[in-house]
Amino acid sequence: MLRFVLRRLILLVPVLFGLTVMMFIIARLLPGDPVGLAAGPNATAEEIAAYARDFGLDQPVTVQYWRYLTGLLQGDLGVSIFSRRPVLDDLIAYLPATLELVFAAMALAVVIGIPCGLAAAVWRNRWPDYASRVSALAAISMPRFFLGLLLQLTFAMWLFWLPLGGRFPIILEPPPTVTGFLTLDALFAGDWQAFVTACRHLALPAIAMCLSPLATIMRMMRASTIEVLQQDYVMTARALGLSPRLIVFKYVAKNAVSATLTVIGLYFGWLLGGTVLVETVFDWPGLGLYATQAIVSQDFMPVIGVALVIGLLFMLVNLLVDVLYGVINPKVRYA
Amino acid sequence: MALLEIRNLHLAMRSFDGEAHVLNGIELAVERRQVWGLVGETGCGKSLTGLSCSRLVPTPPGRYLQGEIRFDGQDLLAMPDAQVAALRGTRIGMIFQDPTTNLNPAFRIGTQLVDVALAAARRKPEVLGGGGRQAAERLAVQMLDKVGIPNAAERMGDYPHQFSGGMRQRVLIAMALIGRPDLLIADEPTTALDVSVQAQILRLMRSMVDEFDMGVVMITHNLGVVAQSCTHVAVMYAGNIVESGPVRDVLMAPRHPYTRALMQAIPTRDTPRGGLQGLAGSVPNLITPPPGCRFAPRCALATDTCRAATPPLTGASHRVACIHAETVDA
Repeated sequence: MLRFVLRRLILLVPVLFGLTVMMFIIARLLPGDPVGLAAGPNATAEEIAAYARDFGLDQPVTVQYWRYLTGLLQGDLGVSIFSRRPVLDDLIAYLPATLELVFAAMALAVVIGIPCGLAAAVWRNRWPDYASRVSALAAISMPRFFLGLLLQLTFAMWLFWLPLGGRFPIILEPPPTVTGFLTLDALFAGDWQAFVTACRHLALPAIAMCLSPLATIMRMMRASTIEVLQQDYVMTARALGLSPRLIVFKYVAKNAVSATLTVIGLYFGWLLGGTVLVETVFDWPGLGLYATQAIVSQDFMPVIGVALVIGLLFMLVNLLVDVLYGVINPKVRYA
Repeated sequence: MALLEIRNLHLAMRSFDGEAHVLNGIELAVERRQVWGLVGETGCGKSLTGLSCSRLVPTPPGRYLQGEIRFDGQDLLAMPDAQVAALRGTRIGMIFQDPTTNLNPAFRIGTQLVDVALAAARRKPEVLGGGGRQAAERLAVQMLDKVGIPNAAERMGDYPHQFSGGMRQRVLIAMALIGRPDLLIADEPTTALDVSVQAQILRLMRSMVDEFDMGVVMITHNLGVVAQSCTHVAVMYAGNIVESGPVRDVLMAPRHPYTRALMQAIPTRDTPRGGLQGLAGSVPNLITPPPGCRFAPRCALATDTCRAATPPLTGASHRVACIHAETVDA
């Protein structure tokens, strides 16, 4: 098991290396003039050349790549030619916001989706099943940004229950940074007021993001529970007098959840890469917003940095899922 | 009063092609310390009869048309669900065919045994002598030891896939008996096992009968198993019990034409090469069963009377459902 985890961690290196190569090549193949854009419309040819020299962009691509790679090994992700800030600092500032949003959305999806899927399977073809299936279909069919707009309209504009967007009011003092998750930091600081404020801001974007993973998790859980319910050992458990509650919540749930785990891992990565629209609609200062701005201004160091971080997180989450398989199903062998 | 008494049980199952009349008047009485072998070919209704004893046939698609299943004098079919559920594990135990699929793969066998023991103790406190989880764990180890699992205490923490098929069936027997049931239904408990392991499991079950003072219904299609480990046998054909009685009487002097055909299909040392007799024809369609005796279409002795009405099961201890049983000697 430990060897399995180590080997998977070592495998991350070539994958991430490949990612940097690809991103670099794509960045150079794209038409456009990033330096010219960054230097401004009134810059002279000399100014542009000086600008390019400052960032090493006058060098051949191979030299640029070598510099990037050696920098990367020392924890340097390059410098944004637009803001002139180190990419690493930007990532540290924006990543927690996105992670908090994605974790909140996934937590909602899992906490609601798994019990609902279980209930739909147990009461198959009765009202809980129909209700969850219809709402799952609706949730999956609805584009996230549109749903985000609807949520804003309802809860922020008409009902005034929740804020329209943003992560934390500028006029308030945010809790001291520990994890970068405002909700957790507020709890650590014992600041109940700040916690509620952070949750109120988190609510709408998290709901907008959670619906499609929630629907998928629910349907997966329903399907695998139905399959597990037909297994011989469920009949045996019934025949030997175990209560239906114990059978479903302990014996069936554990078997059914393992198939659902794959979907949870995949969705996590999908959400990480897909926060752009939701972050835009809710003005959420996360990676998605940061990456879009960088792409629009052809500022490639941040783009590569974001791609690396998302790729790394995606692989780590799926490694975690693979490890959890073994915890849930003792028959899984790590080789 | 018998421990289990099935009277005139009729069960229909809905299928795509229509409703099949799968149990057609089952009659069976099981006393404590009797081991009844329920034999018959695939689809004759023996498993459904077994499941009915714990009311585990799903309804729908199943539908009981008439009859009674009296357990300790009370009709299971007339009981509310909760009352039947309360009998499972503590009064009526079950063992199923395939030990590889009847244990939950994701839980340690100790966990599964302890949960069954705790569930049983809730309704029958003497199972654990009033004790809690620790008593349940002790009892689980004891039961594993009793069914012949070596190093029982250590194996409690193992998962089902770490046991062989025979050992898993032993675990399932321990699980079925941990609540000290009065009646044990064993649905082909040895079919999925190697021949050598089959004999061990049968010996084990036989030894448990007296110790637990229980009645057993053992469903099988193997007459050898019946001869070896049953005290009584009931032969089923197409939803009917056609012959029943003490093993010795039925197997030594079969009186129903179907039982005889079954016996003739067993090869012996004296059977000449190619001389084994099969039974012509095939099992009737139970959606539109033949009128009268369901065996009539395949029976050499059948007459118009046979095709007119289902013959009742008659006799004192050795009972036969055939109007020609008296005329033809064994």
